[in-house]
Amino acid sequence: MRKGLFYGLLFTSPAILGFVLFTLGPMVASLALSLTDYNVFKEQTSFVGLTNYAKLFSGEDELFYQSLGVTFYFVALRVPAVIVISFVVALLLNMNVKGRAFFRTIIYLPSIVPAVASAMIWMWLLNPDLGLINSALRWLHLPTSNWLYSEGSVIPSVVLTTLWGIGGTVIIFLAGLSGIPKPYYEAIEVDGGGWYSKLRHITIPMVTPTIFFNTVMAIIGSFQVFNEAYILTQGGPNNRSLFYVFYLWRTAFRDTEMGYASALAWVLFVIILFFTYIVFRTSKSWVYYEGGERA
Amino acid sequence: MRPSKLALTAGYTALILISALFVIPFVWLLRSSLMDLSQIFTMPPEWIPKPFHWDNFRRALTTLPFGTFFTNTFVIVIGVLVGTVATSSIAAFGFARIPWRGREAVFAVLMSGMMLPAAVTMIPSFLGWKALGFYDTYYPLIVPAYFGGGIFNIFLLRQFYLTIPRDFDEAAFVDGATYFQIYARIILPLSRSVLIVVALFSFLGTWNDFMGPLIYLKSDRLFTLALGLQMFQGTYSAQWDLLMAASAAVVLPCVVVFLIGQRYFLEGITLTGLKG
Repeated sequence: MRKGLFYGLLFTSPAILGFVLFTLGPMVASLALSLTDYNVFKEQTSFVGLTNYAKLFSGEDELFYQSLGVTFYFVALRVPAVIVISFVVALLLNMNVKGRAFFRTIIYLPSIVPAVASAMIWMWLLNPDLGLINSALRWLHLPTSNWLYSEGSVIPSVVLTTLWGIGGTVIIFLAGLSGIPKPYYEAIEVDGGGWYSKLRHITIPMVTPTIFFNTVMAIIGSFQVFNEAYILTQGGPNNRSLFYVFYLWRTAFRDTEMGYASALAWVLFVIILFFTYIVFRTSKSWVYYEGGERA
Repeated sequence: MRPSKLALTAGYTALILISALFVIPFVWLLRSSLMDLSQIFTMPPEWIPKPFHWDNFRRALTTLPFGTFFTNTFVIVIGVLVGTVATSSIAAFGFARIPWRGREAVFAVLMSGMMLPAAVTMIPSFLGWKALGFYDTYYPLIVPAYFGGGIFNIFLLRQFYLTIPRDFDEAAFVDGATYFQIYARIILPLSRSVLIVVALFSFLGTWNDFMGPLIYLKSDRLFTLALGLQMFQGTYSAQWDLLMAASAAVVLPCVVVFLIGQRYFLEGITLTGLKG
């Protein structure tokens, strides 16, 4: 096929141009900005070297460590919850039960609800005095909670609201589960193994690539949570839900400290890269690829 | 595999319980949106509005100019959708069906961009659009869609194009077809369903976007539904009846679009996960 290179570049040029204009360019610019004290309302901008980064790590900016702690706590709580619950729900959906498509629709539907609307619904459900959840708990004579309004429970509450939207992860698990060849299970049955053997020796090993994919996506997504922080809590109470990207946004667009905020952005990027790398590194020991192919 | 009757019953029960948990927020949304304040606050909670206050919707949607917000959102959604579908499918064709040196490397570089947190590009992009005089306009929200429509969509389409047999192209080549003809006459007609997937994802992604409009739009008259709803909440924080009616009105179009295109959605997500 002649002129492959010319046509190849011609067809892909919008995408390549878009990458340069909206990803690579801003990325380089962001790194450059992070080395300056750029502030929209200041007359002069000067090159300050690594001062912004030094300020971050010196402990001078307590909110940086606060937001980092909040975000790590959120990731540590949310990622395992998303993976375990999605997997269990997918296992249930994978049974050959009547109305499977109906259940699947119900589970997936919340994940298409706009974040703002979802936040409104959950604020109302979790309202300490009049919300449904506390009413139900009172009715069951169980202890109630202040949910989003108390320092100890705010992060678990935000995790809870995001679990409503795990539908996409469930569907990906379901696709992984349906790819497992039936004869594998029959082999276990011949050997007299029950559901536990099947789960332990076939289902889980066979879906490890899907677990891997979903874990990476959940980590990347959880580190960047913003809408919930902005709409549900505005970082409160007492900065206990000061999510990293919310703090970054506030620094850049409310305090207009865009140089400093760019440094915050790069620290986040490195953190996400680091965790993704860790998951990739460990994946060799726990992700099973049929036919021995690697990711 | 054939689970035992007991296991099946237990699983069925669990499935019904979990589904109930997923549905309750919707029911709570709907019932609150149709009640007056006094009934909303009754303890223990009531589930059936008495009487049905359909009026809440009119009140909620006229308190703020939701009609304008709806039109604004629609304009942005259509702008993004057209750009995304057109340019992502062209780019995906270049990555899947035209052999050229460096193709895989370029694709890998573009894919690596997905790892980059939006927070990194957010500030310089904002400053760039502002310098061009496009702050508080729709350009920053729409124009990027015309440059490839997002690498995720290109990835999705490429996955699909790779599954179309090569013989088609080669036969067309022998007949003297150009790449443009192959794209337009062979690949596009075969990929209707996956293009619908991309259109649906792009619709929802834009409809639901909060951070983009938050950063780039300042004037109320340009606000999207997401921003409008957030503004509503700031102003009428304890008016749960109106707040829920407004929320329901924002959710409804998404649900309708999803139910219509359901089959395509599930296909699309599966396409992402399987070969990723």
